Amino acid sequence: MSLTLSDEQRALQETAADFLAAHTNARKEADADAELWSRIVELGWAAVQVPEDFDGLGLGAVELALLMEEMGRRLARTPFLANVVLAQTALLQVGTAEAQQGALAALAYGERTATLILGPGLDAEPASLSVKARRDGEGWVLAGEAAQVLDDGLLTHAYVAARIEEAPGVALFELAADAAGLTRTPLDVFDLTRPQARWTFADVRVGAEARVDDPARVLAGLARTRVLAALQLAAEQVGGAAQCLQLAVDYTKERVQFGKPVASFQAVKHRVAEMMVCMETARSTVRGVAARVAQGVQGNGLDEAALAAEVAAARVQATEAYRYCAQEAIQLHGGVGFTWEYDPQLHFKRAHWASQWFGPTRDWREALAAHLLDAA
Amino acid sequence: MSMNEQEFRQEVAGWMATHLTGRFACLKHRGGPGDEEAYPALRKEWEQELAAGGWVGLGWPKAHGGRDLPLALQLAFHEEYVRAGGPGRIGHIGETLMAPTLIALGTPAQQARFLPGIREGHEYWAQGYSEPGAGSDLAAITTRCWQDEDGRWRLQGQKVWTSLAHESDWVFVIARSTPGSVGREGLSFLLVPLDQPGVDIHPIRQMTGEAEFNSVFFDGAVTEADCIIGKPGEGWKVAMALLGFERGVSTLGQQMHFIHELKLVVDVARGNGAARDPAIRQRIADAWVGLQGLRYNGLRMLEEDTGSTTVRPEALIYKYAWSNWHRELGQLAMDVIGVAGDVRSHDDAVRRLQQVFFFSRADTIYAGTNEIQLNIIAERGLGMPRA
Repeated sequence: MSLTLSDEQRALQETAADFLAAHTNARKEADADAELWSRIVELGWAAVQVPEDFDGLGLGAVELALLMEEMGRRLARTPFLANVVLAQTALLQVGTAEAQQGALAALAYGERTATLILGPGLDAEPASLSVKARRDGEGWVLAGEAAQVLDDGLLTHAYVAARIEEAPGVALFELAADAAGLTRTPLDVFDLTRPQARWTFADVRVGAEARVDDPARVLAGLARTRVLAALQLAAEQVGGAAQCLQLAVDYTKERVQFGKPVASFQAVKHRVAEMMVCMETARSTVRGVAARVAQGVQGNGLDEAALAAEVAAARVQATEAYRYCAQEAIQLHGGVGFTWEYDPQLHFKRAHWASQWFGPTRDWREALAAHLLDAA
Repeated sequence: MSMNEQEFRQEVAGWMATHLTGRFACLKHRGGPGDEEAYPALRKEWEQELAAGGWVGLGWPKAHGGRDLPLALQLAFHEEYVRAGGPGRIGHIGETLMAPTLIALGTPAQQARFLPGIREGHEYWAQGYSEPGAGSDLAAITTRCWQDEDGRWRLQGQKVWTSLAHESDWVFVIARSTPGSVGREGLSFLLVPLDQPGVDIHPIRQMTGEAEFNSVFFDGAVTEADCIIGKPGEGWKVAMALLGFERGVSTLGQQMHFIHELKLVVDVARGNGAARDPAIRQRIADAWVGLQGLRYNGLRMLEEDTGSTTVRPEALIYKYAWSNWHRELGQLAMDVIGVAGDVRSHDDAVRRLQQVFFFSRADTIYAGTNEIQLNIIAERGLGMPRA
C-alpha cells in the first residue's frame, strides 16, 4: 500500500487549499455560507465519491479526506459534511439502485442538499434512533423528534433512519426538508460554524417510494456509513489541528516579550513541537486508513471489524490532536487567545463539537478493546 | 502489495522457518535493546547464517556486495524477520550505520577493507560519539587525536554509552584533531580497533542490572593512518551523515517488535483478568491506536519524495513518537502484570515485558533526548527561532 499522493490528488489538495483560504469566512453571520457552498458544488467537490455510473467523479476516500482536511482548516460553513459525507455515503451504503439513480447525481451537483438523521450524535445503533415509522396504507408515517440535526438552513432534503416494527427493525426514508408536519427549530449552538436544529416529526406522511433502503443492507450499511463518515470527520479534525498549530506558530513568532519573540523560548517551542507530533501522527493515520479504504473499494478489502478498528485509531488520534492543539493555541496566544476576535476560540468550539459527535473516544477505545481482548 | 513483494515475503518467511531452528531456536525473540546479554556468541553465528543466506546488506549497492533492494522490500524483510521471531541484530551498528557511511564517504580501499567483514558477520562495530561531558551537546567532545610521525593516529580520552563495545572489534570515533578548536570545527572521524593495549572497556551496569553500554577509555590508542573517513577536520560532517542513516528502514522494522510486545501485554491481560478492568482496556486500546500511528507514519516516511525541499514532518517526529509510545507501553505492561512484576520472571513473555519497562526509560534519552527532539522539531519543522 502506498501513501504517496498521485499528481491529480496533489492538485486537488492544492486547489482546495488555495480556494478555501481565499473564500472562507468562518465568522460570517449567517446559518450557512450559501455562496461558498454553490462554488464548492461548481468545483465538483460534492461529486467526488459518487460513482461514474451516477455521473459522479468516481474517486474515493483519499480525495474526500484531502478536501475535508482543507475544509476543517478553514472551518468552512457548508453542508458538505451533511450532504456528502453523511447523506451520500448512507445512500451508497444502504440505498436501492433505484434510489441511488434518483438522488446521487442531484446530491452531487447541488439540485438537492441533504442531511442524515441517525441517533444522537449520529449514533447508528438501532436502539438509539428516536424517529419511528409506521405503515399508513401504501406509505408511511414518521413520528418522533431528533434533538440535534446537522442543519444549516440550506437543506432541501433529509435521509432519516427510523425504527420500524417489521424486520429488520430500521428503514431509511427520504423526505423533503419542508414536508408537512415537520418542524425545524434552529438551536443556539456554541460552534456557530456547525449549525444544528431540532427536528420534530408530527406524523409526517410520505409515500411508499420514500423508503430508499435495501432491507438486507440497512443495518450493516448504516453502521458502515458511521464508520466511513467518522474517518472523514477525523480528516477534518486534522485540518483544524494543523490550522491551530499554524496560528500558534505565527503568533508566537510575532509576539515580543522580554525583548524577543516568545517563539524563541524553549517552553514555547516544546509546546508547538508537541502539537506537531500529535497532529502529524493523526494525519499519517488518517491518510493511511483512507488509502486502505480506497484500496478496499478496488477489491482486496478490509472486513468490517478491521475497518472499524483502523478508523477508531484515526478517530481517537484526530480527536485528541484537535482538542490538544486548540487548547494550546489559546494558551500560546495568551490573553487575546480568549477573545472573540482571534480564531483559536472557533477551533476550540469545533474541536469540542467533533469530540462528541460520532461517539466519544472512550467508546471507540472500548470497541477496540473488545476487538483486541475479548475475541474467543 | 505487488506480487513481487508477496513472493519476497514468502521467501523470507520460508528461509526463517528453516534456519531459525535447531541450535538457533533459543534465539527466537531474544536480543536487542534491553536483552543484549542474551547469547552474544550464538547471535554472531546467526549473523553469519544470515549473511550466507544473502540477508545482510539488502539496501547496499550491488557493487559493494549488497542486493540494492528498494525500500519497500527492505521493510518487508524486517517485518518478516521479526514476525518469525528473528533475534536482535548484534551486527546492526556495522550494517546500518558504518556500512552506509563507508559506501557514501569511504575510499575504495576502506570499502574493500571493511565492508566484507560487516557483510559476512565477522567484524562488529561500536559507535564512539558521546562523552561524559558531551551528551545532548555532542559538539563539546574533548577526546583528542593526533598523528605520530609515521602518520598513525593516536587517541586520548573517554567515550561513554558505547553499546556493545565489549562484543565489538572496531569502534568509529569522533575526536578533536585540531588542538584548541571548539564545537563542530577541528574534529576527525576515525576507525579504531578495540583489541589493543591503549583501549580499556568498562561495562556500565544499567538500572536493569545488565550491562549493554560501556565506557571506552583511550590511552594512547593507535590506528592506521588511513583509518580516517573524510579529511582531518571534517569529522562533524561525517558524524552527522552517519546519523542520517540511523532513521533507516531498520527503525521501521522495529515496529514489528512493538506489535509483538503489545500482543504479549494482551496475552497477560487476558490471562490474569486485567482485561476486565475498564481503565486497562482503555489504555490497551490506546497503545494499539498509538501503534497504528507509528505504522502509518512509517509508511509515510517511505513515500516517494515529492521533489520539494521542505522538511518531512513524519521523519522529524518519528523518534519522539516511537520512544514515548514504547516507554508508555512498558508502564502499561507492568500495570497489567501487577505485583508479580516485582519478581524477575522466568516466563519468556513476562521477562520480555519487564525488560521493556525498565529499558524503555532509555528510549527517550539515547539518540537525542525528548528535549532535544522537541527543539529539533520546533526549529527545523516549524521554523521557531533559536534562542
